[in-house]
Amino acid sequence: MITMRYLPHTPEQIQQMLTVAGADSLESLFSGIPEECRRLQEMNLPEALSEWALNRHMDALSAGLAVSPEYKIFIGAGRYDHHIPATVSSLKSRSEFLTAYTPYQPEISQGTLQAIYEYQTLAARLMGVDVVTASHYDGATALSESLLMAIRKTRRKRVVLSSLIHPYYRRVAQTYLEPAGFEIIELPFLENGLTDLSLLEGAVDIAAVALQSPNFFGCIEDLKAGGQKAHEIGALFIVGFTEALAYGLLKSPGSQGADIVFGEGQSLGIPIAFGGPGLGMLGCTPEHTRNLPGRLVGKAKDMDGKNGFVLTLATREQHIRREKATSNICSNNSHCALTAAMYMASLGKSGFCDLAILNHDKAAYLCRGLSGAGFKMPFQGTFFNEFVVEFPEELETLYQRLLEKKIVAGLPLSAFYPELSHHYLLCVTETASREDMDALIREVTPCMNP
Amino acid sequence: MKDINELKFPENVRYTRDHEWARLEGNIVIAGISDYAQDQLGDVVYVELPRIQDRFENGEVFGTVESVKAVSELFMPIAGEIVAINAELSDMPDVVNSDPYGAGWMIHIKPSDPAFMETLMTREAYLDMLKG
Repeated sequence: MITMRYLPHTPEQIQQMLTVAGADSLESLFSGIPEECRRLQEMNLPEALSEWALNRHMDALSAGLAVSPEYKIFIGAGRYDHHIPATVSSLKSRSEFLTAYTPYQPEISQGTLQAIYEYQTLAARLMGVDVVTASHYDGATALSESLLMAIRKTRRKRVVLSSLIHPYYRRVAQTYLEPAGFEIIELPFLENGLTDLSLLEGAVDIAAVALQSPNFFGCIEDLKAGGQKAHEIGALFIVGFTEALAYGLLKSPGSQGADIVFGEGQSLGIPIAFGGPGLGMLGCTPEHTRNLPGRLVGKAKDMDGKNGFVLTLATREQHIRREKATSNICSNNSHCALTAAMYMASLGKSGFCDLAILNHDKAAYLCRGLSGAGFKMPFQGTFFNEFVVEFPEELETLYQRLLEKKIVAGLPLSAFYPELSHHYLLCVTETASREDMDALIREVTPCMNP
Repeated sequence: MKDINELKFPENVRYTRDHEWARLEGNIVIAGISDYAQDQLGDVVYVELPRIQDRFENGEVFGTVESVKAVSELFMPIAGEIVAINAELSDMPDVVNSDPYGAGWMIHIKPSDPAFMETLMTREAYLDMLKG
């Protein structure tokens, strides 16, 4: 069997490099690193596979997954199944775009810089803010960076997060903040599925108040009220989203008083894949622009007065400000941002709104159907394309049987909110047909009257 | 950059090792950066100032000044509370270059110990430091 090597260096090349470096073995080369930080045993990995065997292995792995459209998946919860126009898939695959790296030099990077600038412009309109960065890894890191912005700006050390921000986002924020000595306070949720803002009254020394809308239960938060409460205690108001499409229909976070807006842009033409890559969207009002992390592209004029694009306000960044930089991560998910720009441009403003309305209408159809079949909707708030259903206990066994019929009947919430047993988060996008939804209602109805 | 002899160093302000100037007027200290500092920085494009009521120790960073070629921290010449900031600088940061001791002032401080002003450098001491 032919086995492929995945490491580029031959033992001879490694020996050559060691000789140049003046080390007699790899161990002695790494001796400067404390022993407890080094891996002394071999890694516990199976033998390398041939290409054919590897393909078989990957096929077997993917056969164990529930993949749309084969499966009818009524789950969103941070990743949304949307149709991707063929124009987007085709354009984004052009080799000029695939070779993009940090465009330091405007002389040779006008195309990349213009693409980022157009993404920033479209994203800023969607989010209702003046400035948007070139992008970050994902919604979770964009949230964490916005919290750090508020901490720097207010010189305070505590931030308040709604417990209805995506649970994974909150974990990432914890990883960013807690080791650095910052405190995270969580706001509980009310019976109506919205964040309980009453704890904010009289709170002191809070750098930021962050809400997600639509929140993790799919409910639309009262952003105006949240912003008012945050500003009363001198905190910055941060608003985020996991479903960018919602803002084809809802008032933008910026227009509702958000100082900083973060979000996940996966819905904008990026495949769900295996949970990534995503698109971290982050923007703010002009007042906080100097505090933004990462890259920003601006429009400029050259010596002849012609328009051009350049990286701008780079003094915030690590290659100039070193340890005083606003972030030590200046990576940008450029190809995902490019995809999002192509997606938004392909749909256009009215197409984007129409699609958002379609998502809401379909979700409302399923919600009405389930409600008509007698299922309980615990949260009465307005939703976009996700909502919570309280199924009877019997659904647990039915859930498995439905999986065999290739229907995934929502996300059990008890894993994230132990008090919400038998509560399921359901999502409907434009990819679900009326037949799909009718089938789901038909299949779950028996557990209402077992 | 200009020769030190071409730069202005008024007698009526005190100076710090970090090139801030400070002047006591009544019970308020007015502060900015010296002509030497602005000359070293080049064209100032942005000044980040603290918020009114912020309190700082002597030598603590109260803001940053950004020029076309560098970003520098601004250090408190004297401990105290910020009672005013020069809001004009957000639209016209270049007055830090053209009039560093006048229109280019940055903050008003209510000092916790006004007598500390006596420990700051006089014009002569600052010039000695600059000339090494």
